[in-house]
Amino acid sequence: MSPYLTVGGVVLAGVLLFVAAMGVRRVLAPRAPTAAKLTTYECGVDPVGEGWAQTNVRYFLYAFLYVVFAVDAVYLFPWATVIRSPDLGPASLAEMGIFIGVLLVGLAHAARRGLLRWV
Amino acid sequence: MLEVVLRSLGVLAAFLVLPLVVGQTEHKVMAHMQGRLGPMYAGGFHGWAQLVADGVKFVQKEDITPRAADRWVFKLAPAVALVPYLVALAVIPLSATVVAADVGAGVLFVLAASAVGILGLLMAGWSSANKYALLGGMRAAAQLLSYELPLVLSVASVALAAGTVSLTGIADAWHPLWLVWQLPGALVFLIAAVAELQRPPFDMPVADSEIVMGPFTEYTGLRFAFFLLSEYAGIVVMSLLFAVLFLGGWRGPFSGVLGPVWTLLKGALISVLIIWLRVSWPRLREDQLQRLAWLVLVPLALAQLALTAGWVVLSSP
Repeated sequence: MSPYLTVGGVVLAGVLLFVAAMGVRRVLAPRAPTAAKLTTYECGVDPVGEGWAQTNVRYFLYAFLYVVFAVDAVYLFPWATVIRSPDLGPASLAEMGIFIGVLLVGLAHAARRGLLRWV
Repeated sequence: MLEVVLRSLGVLAAFLVLPLVVGQTEHKVMAHMQGRLGPMYAGGFHGWAQLVADGVKFVQKEDITPRAADRWVFKLAPAVALVPYLVALAVIPLSATVVAADVGAGVLFVLAASAVGILGLLMAGWSSANKYALLGGMRAAAQLLSYELPLVLSVASVALAAGTVSLTGIADAWHPLWLVWQLPGALVFLIAAVAELQRPPFDMPVADSEIVMGPFTEYTGLRFAFFLLSEYAGIVVMSLLFAVLFLGGWRGPFSGVLGPVWTLLKGALISVLIIWLRVSWPRLREDQLQRLAWLVLVPLALAQLALTAGWVVLSSP
């Protein structure tokens, strides 16, 4: 039997758990919405403007950095299964070293240009 | 078919019990570390039923969806945060035979499944239409991306050392010397796992003294409880994963019979360590957090990777 069948069953169990819990809540919890209750929470005062606030664009830089390295990480796992073969081992080690070395230079460059500093 | 149902129910039962055990342990361990008793009343014996009582209370609380919120995304976010940990738990082996779904590339599967939970936080942060929630969601996204990387790299190091990407295969290939050989990777994994779980000292996304409760600010009742449950389920998943990858899982005396017990004990040890970190360390600042990930953990994980790969190539015939 494929283990992925069980994975599918577990996903279904998770969905059922959420649906069942929400059903129980619907039966047990009170429902009395008022206009004041449905306003956005801002520590008790009336909300100012919309929910969209200015955030630091810096957050996106981490996403870019992550994408670069995530590609590298994907290749590491198949490598784990072939590194012990005598004809691929040393050659693949050198190639991986060059590959990750290039990425490291990129990270060092980003750090030197102040990308990892907050202000 | 019956087997699939039984296995799924087994995972569900473990998922509903283990996080509560960790939660109760946290109550008590934190209390004693801070020189107090913790909950003592509910259930009689040392307040063992406190979390059950909390659950009953949460179910009876009114479920409020703010008028400005993106209704469906807001309502679905708790499920998206919780279910991935359930799926991740399904593929973690307790022993060579006690595993609900022994998928071939278990390591990749666990990482991929637990990473989906991030989406739930982002959905909550964006759909709440609340400034605190938005800030918290952005912090969560940046933090989880940054710490995903050292986590993946340290796991890749273990996979290299074992020569397989199967979780049972890795635990089978484990050797006590790994405790030294893979120590830097293990430390990186532990720190990154705590950050992925957004536990103190890495709880900036929900920093209650700065942004109320981050992405969860607008949530009430059972949906809020689901986010809390997903945090404790995350501790269970990460602790068991650490036990299987770095501590040899079911290796120990009488492992033929006691295998699952050993895995659970090692996992429990890591859970207590994660709780201990919460009591001992103050919260990091947002920029310190990012610097730690990119300038300490990533280079350290890459160094571990070089050490592992070099040793494997040199020692293989």
